[in-house]
Amino acid sequence: MPTQSLHKRKNELANTEKQLEILSNGIFVNGELPTFKEKIAETGQFPLRPRKTEILQINVGYMCNQVCSHCHVDAGPDRKEIMTRETMQQCLDVIKYTGAHTLDLTGGAPEMNPSFRWFVEEASKLGVKDFIVRSNLTIIMANKKYHDLPGFFKKHKIHVVSSMPHWTKGKTDRQRGDGVFNKSISALKKLNAVGYGMPDSDLKLDLIYNPSGAFLPTDQASMEKDFKKVLLEDFGIHFHELFAITNLPISRFLDYLIASENYEDYMYSLVEAFNPAAVQNVMCTNTISVSWDGWLYDCDFNQMLGLKVNSPVKHIKDYNEDILNDRNILISQHCYGCTAGSGSSCQGTVT
Amino acid sequence: MKKTYYDPADLKKFSSITEWSKELGDKFFEYYGKVFEEGALSAREKSLIALAVSHVVKCPYCIDAYTKDGLQRGITKEEMMEAVHAGAAIESGATLVHGVQMMNKYEKLSM
Repeated sequence: MPTQSLHKRKNELANTEKQLEILSNGIFVNGELPTFKEKIAETGQFPLRPRKTEILQINVGYMCNQVCSHCHVDAGPDRKEIMTRETMQQCLDVIKYTGAHTLDLTGGAPEMNPSFRWFVEEASKLGVKDFIVRSNLTIIMANKKYHDLPGFFKKHKIHVVSSMPHWTKGKTDRQRGDGVFNKSISALKKLNAVGYGMPDSDLKLDLIYNPSGAFLPTDQASMEKDFKKVLLEDFGIHFHELFAITNLPISRFLDYLIASENYEDYMYSLVEAFNPAAVQNVMCTNTISVSWDGWLYDCDFNQMLGLKVNSPVKHIKDYNEDILNDRNILISQHCYGCTAGSGSSCQGTVT
Repeated sequence: MKKTYYDPADLKKFSSITEWSKELGDKFFEYYGKVFEEGALSAREKSLIALAVSHVVKCPYCIDAYTKDGLQRGITKEEMMEAVHAGAAIESGATLVHGVQMMNKYEKLSM
């Protein structure tokens, strides 16, 4: 279990070019497995093009109170990249006129950005249909200043989406750190107490399941059934939907795959599970990802690989949806993670 | 000459058995896929049965495949180990129940 980010440890995988090199070499260069480009070309889906921008996903910083072993952001307490109020203002200017119906704040732990509450207050005035905050749950319990977050979320009708890798303590803590399971349970109870996740409640509370190891998620609906049963019976916890997300082979998860000698088998599993139907709805076709410093990306994963959008518009200050939608999406072998099985996105399966 | 009979990489090549007998291979994989679909038993229950049988028939490929399948389905290690014990209990029971045959024969031959 890491206690520092790859960046802090000066691990070679902190270098995004090194990651892209690994993803393009080995089994993908000797013809053992087809590249993602070759694979989608088989079904006439290359180049991958956006449909319409529906989701604006803003990463407000890489700082986090946790150091999860699978984190694709390489987030942690030692990361200092934080979105400034000036960049937030540029985002607000875009939110005013974008056709996107969903605003999705992520991190790190977005709540650790000192301007987080100001940003939420300002953005919620602009009438976004679905305003998501990806909260890691433990942040609510981490410090007194965060204890009132459930009430704050409720006030602004935030849709809370939180990670919960398993309903057992052992699996959760191995992926996310000691004590994370118990703190997450306490935080979920606090959210339930103000109405989040309760049956028929408008205060949406969804959970994210991602596998704690070198395997893929299976049927989202049956996982949801299992999670609901155990969380209710054992802890009296309610939530709305479970989104199953595949771990993409980048950053700390890539580091784990290589160190545990699971990389090749994992890539085989992803390629074998390739589903052409998932390609049509993959999230880069309806999402724009904004980094802490305002750069634009096809998705949060491309952001972490340093692959800025292939468009004349590359920064939030120059945002123009028509120009942005006329671009080819940048791909590499990590994209197999979003097209395996029922597909995977920040909103769960895509088929 | 390989030093072992089993190579983990062979599991990935399982589908190649159709190359030497297409009709039978295709029929087998179609049947196999159908068996593990959701039915009167859930796919989850079938996965645990498959894991138990994998141990009883001592198939290393199957053990790898159904341990991974179980993880993917969120099956816990406690559930997996109980399934293995269920298989092991039947297997040892199958040995021990022959003890009755031994006892019968012993009694028959003894004065």
